[in-house]
Amino acid sequence: MAAEKHSMSMSKKKTIVNTISYIVLGLISVIWILPFVFLLLKSFDIGNTGVTKNFIPSAWGFDNYAYLFSSDCNFLQWYFNTFIIALFVCVIQTVMQFMMAYTLSRFRFKLRKPLMNIMLVLGMFPGFLTMIVLYQILKTIGLTGDNAVPGLILVYVASSGMGYYVIKGFLDTLPKSLDEAALVDGANRMQIFVKVIIPLCKPILIYTVLTSFMGPWGDFVFAYTVSLGSQAGMNVAAGLNSWLSPANIGSHFTHFCAGGVIVAIPVMILFLFLQKYYVEGVTGGAVKG
Amino acid sequence: MAQLTDLEYLKLNKAQRFGLKFTAFFKAIPGWFKNLGIKIWTFMKNFFWGVVNFFKNLGLTFWHGDWKTKVSYFVMGFGSVMRGQWLRGILFFLFEVVFILYMALFGGKFLGQLYILGQNESSMGDDGTIVYGDNSFNILLYGVLSLFFIVALIYTWYLNIKQNKIGEDYVKAKKQLATAKDDVKALVDKDFYKTLLALPTLGILIFTVLPIFFMILVAFTNYDKSHFPPQNLFGWVGYDNFGLLFQWSNSEGASFSMTFGQILLWTLVWAFFATFTNYFLGMLVAMLINKKGIKLKKLWRTVLVFSIAIPQFISILFVSNMFQYPDGIINGILSAISGGKLLIDFWGNAWIARITVIIINVWIGVPYLMLVVTGILMNIPADLYESANIDGASPWQQYSKITLPYMLFITGPYLLTSFTGNMNNFNVIYLLTGGGPKVQEYYGNAGKTDLLITWLFSLAVNDTNYKLAAVIGIMVFIVVAVLSLVIYNIIPSTRNEEEFQ
Repeated sequence: MAAEKHSMSMSKKKTIVNTISYIVLGLISVIWILPFVFLLLKSFDIGNTGVTKNFIPSAWGFDNYAYLFSSDCNFLQWYFNTFIIALFVCVIQTVMQFMMAYTLSRFRFKLRKPLMNIMLVLGMFPGFLTMIVLYQILKTIGLTGDNAVPGLILVYVASSGMGYYVIKGFLDTLPKSLDEAALVDGANRMQIFVKVIIPLCKPILIYTVLTSFMGPWGDFVFAYTVSLGSQAGMNVAAGLNSWLSPANIGSHFTHFCAGGVIVAIPVMILFLFLQKYYVEGVTGGAVKG
Repeated sequence: MAQLTDLEYLKLNKAQRFGLKFTAFFKAIPGWFKNLGIKIWTFMKNFFWGVVNFFKNLGLTFWHGDWKTKVSYFVMGFGSVMRGQWLRGILFFLFEVVFILYMALFGGKFLGQLYILGQNESSMGDDGTIVYGDNSFNILLYGVLSLFFIVALIYTWYLNIKQNKIGEDYVKAKKQLATAKDDVKALVDKDFYKTLLALPTLGILIFTVLPIFFMILVAFTNYDKSHFPPQNLFGWVGYDNFGLLFQWSNSEGASFSMTFGQILLWTLVWAFFATFTNYFLGMLVAMLINKKGIKLKKLWRTVLVFSIAIPQFISILFVSNMFQYPDGIINGILSAISGGKLLIDFWGNAWIARITVIIINVWIGVPYLMLVVTGILMNIPADLYESANIDGASPWQQYSKITLPYMLFITGPYLLTSFTGNMNNFNVIYLLTGGGPKVQEYYGNAGKTDLLITWLFSLAVNDTNYKLAAVIGIMVFIVVAVLSLVIYNIIPSTRNEEEFQ
């Protein structure tokens, strides 16, 4: 009898704890989703194009979206620029990082440790420090302003070998006996890399492609510097940000919101589909780093 | 104090144990310095003997070498070609030709002016057009590039000598030298790493090492708005810019040193709070989602991941405007609740802005941490909790004795990188506040929420004060490097690369 009562109170306690947990989780979800709901609502606001106190639009309509696709603004150009940049960057960056990671994971050569240490030290310098020089270098070869797109691709891609850590962490977990077996079978190192290792790297490959594809969509600093006010050379981040300058924000804030929605949707869909790989990459990267 | 045995140690109470560890920590410090000193000494010694041996070997090789080797000291690759390794030889020779052409036609004139960074000022010509003189920027940039080239040449030259030596020895021993075909084959097999590394390291060299080198040098010049090429020259000023860091009073009002100190302090405070609020709240959320009996785990996780998927500049800029005064959504809600009485100027007051930034950063960072932590939580052996349950441990005890130590052990290095990452968290600060509220007492239009990195950016972009931007960049590097070095030696999780393989 007493034991039964005890278990009763236990299960009761459990229900209470679970209920509280659900309430907290519900609250968390609301907090994390709400800003995006506001963003979406604001993008349909045609009553007031500036920053407002109310999140419910005073008048609804698609005008903000229509504006983006009209010839009054360069949004489509920015979007196209960013897409091209992201496409090139995700391919080249993935290749570069794999080359670096595979080398450092599988080969033991004299300069290996020094190379890793140098890259570690270089990584401690703030990235923008190089911005001024890179801008001048790009300017010399004529890849700034209107031609910022190839310039930006070059900047994003050139040093990407330094971001090899996550992939190397993954490669380190693949047993070396695989390589040795293939070596015994008469494969050379290049064949091992292409035919044995790469196929095993699908999760981390997808992670790398995904993150390097998403990077250019959010980069503001370099895009802003390299395009230097040229509408034709901006990416979405620099372009949309220009709508939030004190002079423009009153008339363009809702346009910014609509643009944000348009930018977010494809990236989000891609992300939610590949979520599994992203999670694997993030957790692996943090532990093995 | 004598070394305690395990049994003696276990008898001590908590305070005594802490005291023991505390004293042990400080006692170890002289040892560290001694080790450091020894390391530096051995390094110097090895370096010195290395240099001596290097020249000795060079001399000996020349002295004992045949005429092919001797010619190779001047015409690179000559010996290799003569011994049938024509591919290597031609590459050596080509490099020498390219180097000579580069220096003669382009690099030489910049290199020659590197010591003074240009003498001829730009001037107004007779017909009103500007006649450009020397361009200090180009002199410095291409001068540095030329220096890189020289280092590369010396290294290649040394390789060329080494090849000759090997070639000679092989011929003497009647062994087969590697032919051009062998060389190509090795590049996809034994030396495949050279092929793989060529492109990434070249990229890093030109787009990271060269610019960083350049900017470090800029910190020793007076490159700013009034010394801006091509109109004006800039020149070397020695340590003057670093001297500004220690010059406490300034006749022109806001002093650089005071501003730097305050911003550095805030940067560290920010990094501390940003890292640990995210870490513990992220852990809390992850544990909540992974709790036994909670359903719809995938839904909760997806909701949080959703916010990672949206590019930061959209979410942060929008949230920044939500907190706008007096027109933002948050103030709208506040005034609706309070009947119009309560309005908060989130970005106008230094402390409110700082706290708001940290809170919003929780919103930004927790989903990411949740993912990281979830993966690790799954790896904690479940039987630990089971036995803790049997022993009657409370949830808090389970957390503080099992979960937290395990987490801290595994994520030690991650915490370190996220601390330094937060010190340089440009996006959050720049997009949320732009560094504001800006105050008069700060130098160079800095604001109360500015981090060193955002200050660097605004100094460089708005003020074109490159010399001070470079100084700040170097200081950021020093702070990050020292922190990393110290913390890395303290945290327990030492990672062994080879352990997985």
